[in-house]
Amino acid sequence: MKILVPVKRVIDYNVKARVKADKTGVDLANVKMSMNPFDEIAVEEAIRKKEAGQAEEIIAVSIGPAQAQETLRTALAMGADRAILIQTDDIVEPLAVAKLLKAVVDAEQPKLVILGKQAIDDDSNQTGQMLAALLGWPQGTFASIVKVVGDGIEVTREVDGGLETVALTLPAIVTTDLRLNEPRYASLPNIMKAKKKQLDVKTAADYGVDISPRLKTLKVEEPAKRAGGIKVKTIEELVDKLKNEAGVI
Amino acid sequence: MTALVLAEHDNAELKPATLNAVTAASQLGGDVHVLVAGSGAQAVADAAARIAGVSVVLLADDASYGNRLAENIAPLIVSLAGDYDAIVAPTTTSGKNILPRVAAQLDVAQISDVMKVESADTFVRPIYAGNALATVQSTDSKKVMTVRGTGFPAAAATGGSAEIRTIAAAANPGNSRFVGAELAKSDRPELTAAKIIVSGGRGMGSSGAFSIIESLADKLGAAVGASRAAVDAGFISNDHQVGQTGKIVAPQLYIAVGISGAIQHLAGMKDSKVIVAINKDEEAPIFQIADYGLVADLFQAVPELEKAL
Ligand SMILES: Cc1cc2nc3c(=O)[nH]c(=O)nc-3n(C[C@H](O)[C@H](O)[C@H](O)COP(=O)(O)OP(=O)(O)OC[C@H]3O[C@@H](n4cnc5c(N)ncnc54)[C@H](O)[C@@H]3O)c2cc1C
Ligand SMILES: Cc1cc2nc3c(=O)[nH]c(=O)nc-3n(C[C@H](O)[C@H](O)[C@H](O)COP(=O)(O)OP(=O)(O)OC[C@H]3O[C@@H](n4cnc5c(N)ncnc54)[C@H](O)[C@@H]3O)c2cc1C
Repeated sequence: MKILVPVKRVIDYNVKARVKADKTGVDLANVKMSMNPFDEIAVEEAIRKKEAGQAEEIIAVSIGPAQAQETLRTALAMGADRAILIQTDDIVEPLAVAKLLKAVVDAEQPKLVILGKQAIDDDSNQTGQMLAALLGWPQGTFASIVKVVGDGIEVTREVDGGLETVALTLPAIVTTDLRLNEPRYASLPNIMKAKKKQLDVKTAADYGVDISPRLKTLKVEEPAKRAGGIKVKTIEELVDKLKNEAGVI
Repeated sequence: MTALVLAEHDNAELKPATLNAVTAASQLGGDVHVLVAGSGAQAVADAAARIAGVSVVLLADDASYGNRLAENIAPLIVSLAGDYDAIVAPTTTSGKNILPRVAAQLDVAQISDVMKVESADTFVRPIYAGNALATVQSTDSKKVMTVRGTGFPAAAATGGSAEIRTIAAAANPGNSRFVGAELAKSDRPELTAAKIIVSGGRGMGSSGAFSIIESLADKLGAAVGASRAAVDAGFISNDHQVGQTGKIVAPQLYIAVGISGAIQHLAGMKDSKVIVAINKDEEAPIFQIADYGLVADLFQAVPELEKAL
């Protein structure tokens, strides 16, 4: 089967986001950008399915600015076979991303789409579920195990109460949680090879999808800062503070 | 203006997250209805009908809703959506799983994890692990949103007397099946509802050592939390993870033990009223947000703290 893996270029998870002084958004100038960590897990899972002989081709797709090509090259260096960039400098909300991905699915006919459960910039946690709805496919979200069983898949999901397993018919959508796998690092030879792999650049108009946003961002602010605390020297002092100053025990 | 709240439940009990969602929905300024989709869930509907401020409870009782599969419940909500201006679910794994499917089918944007309702179309939500708060205005005629429990006080669980209407099930697409669950059983309070939380990190070193956290938690009547590193290392199960990609908590007291204070962990607990950090590294970032920091070896400090209480 063919697997499609959408990957998003986001602020690196080690960087603390800073709000712009004019409150229009987060300052991304000169900030280190990387592949969304959940999408690295998605790429890794696709590669493992291919290595296990359960998939033939892995296509990575990203929607974003020209620099998202780097993110796609990372996916190719990890082991994806080819890539598609739908290039845009506009803000693309999850619903629009899902519509674009649906158009790619219609063209490429994958059996499985593996996405991250959430992008660590906007933290929406929507795109996979929306894509599943638009396609009428079943979804295994927040996956910690994905097994091919017969002509379907079984997905173990991380839920609030623990773990839950669902069986899905194919084609299907999976979104990754942290413990699905540990993504590999791309080796230098593979990084070199990735430069020669096919990467097609398209536009939203090529797919005939309207990506105009539905949400207006009125302002972006920093949350209230916590007032600094103190260091206590002993357990006795700590217990005294908790009882008599904070009154929480 | 009428809002429909998706009830969080396990067929037997209505979960407290529903109460916070009802408050958020009532702040939209109109009537609040609650949808109970389940199997053998009459008791849940009865409980929902007692929530103060709820005027109607819709009960869709059908075997296909027994495990809250998104594939089955989303079409039900979509079939009801014509009567509602807003559809609201708590930001639980179940709400996060189902609601975007509804939004996409209705062709509206979802507003995720709303912390504050400014008006019927304007909301505050966290982005970038809570390091920024975005105020967004929805231009869609119908609002679909998940709401963060810690952002809204719980509605009173009793005092209401809503009408219960039984409704028919929607068509079941039959493309997913529940296989089984391994749910943690615990007598301790639920993380997202606890007044006190004791959390352990990688510094615990082993799953055996986590027993000192559990013992302290029991003395305090607290829930047990964990960092991602502690869960990844197998010290404790995933349902205990606090953070950007785990559970968001805001108890009266949060005690972080052997946790360094990574951005992703802070995102899940920095709205706690009082934060205590116990860490042997005085430079650990967790001390920057702790009200009370104790630089100490946790293996000494935690049992000592338990004794001193
Ligand atoms: C205040 C604010 C400012 C913004 N500023 C910008 C901006 O300057 N530039 C900008 O581009 N966007 C901007 N956005 C849009 C936003 O960052 C997201 O691109 C969009 O809302 C998608 O949400 P998400 O990534 O959290 O989706 P999620 O649903 O959390 O993503 C889940 C998964 O979907 C897939 N996915 C999501 N997006 C893409 C994508 N683009 N390509 C491939 N796969 C994808 C990935 O597999 C990802 O793991 C802004 C949003 C807000 C609220
Ligand atoms: C996409 C993504 C999502 C993530 N989501 C989350 C999330 O939701 N929640 C989360 O928690 N993390 C999350 N993380 C991980 C996060 O970045 C950190 O790696 C993690 O929080 C670190 O856990 P820790 O503090 O327990 O471990 P460490 O950072 O290793 O800290 C251990 C601490 O224990 C202290 N210590 C060690 N021994 C002792 C002792 N004997 N006595 C006292 N102190 C001791 C050390 O001084 C140190 O400060 C995420 C990461 C990514 C990339």
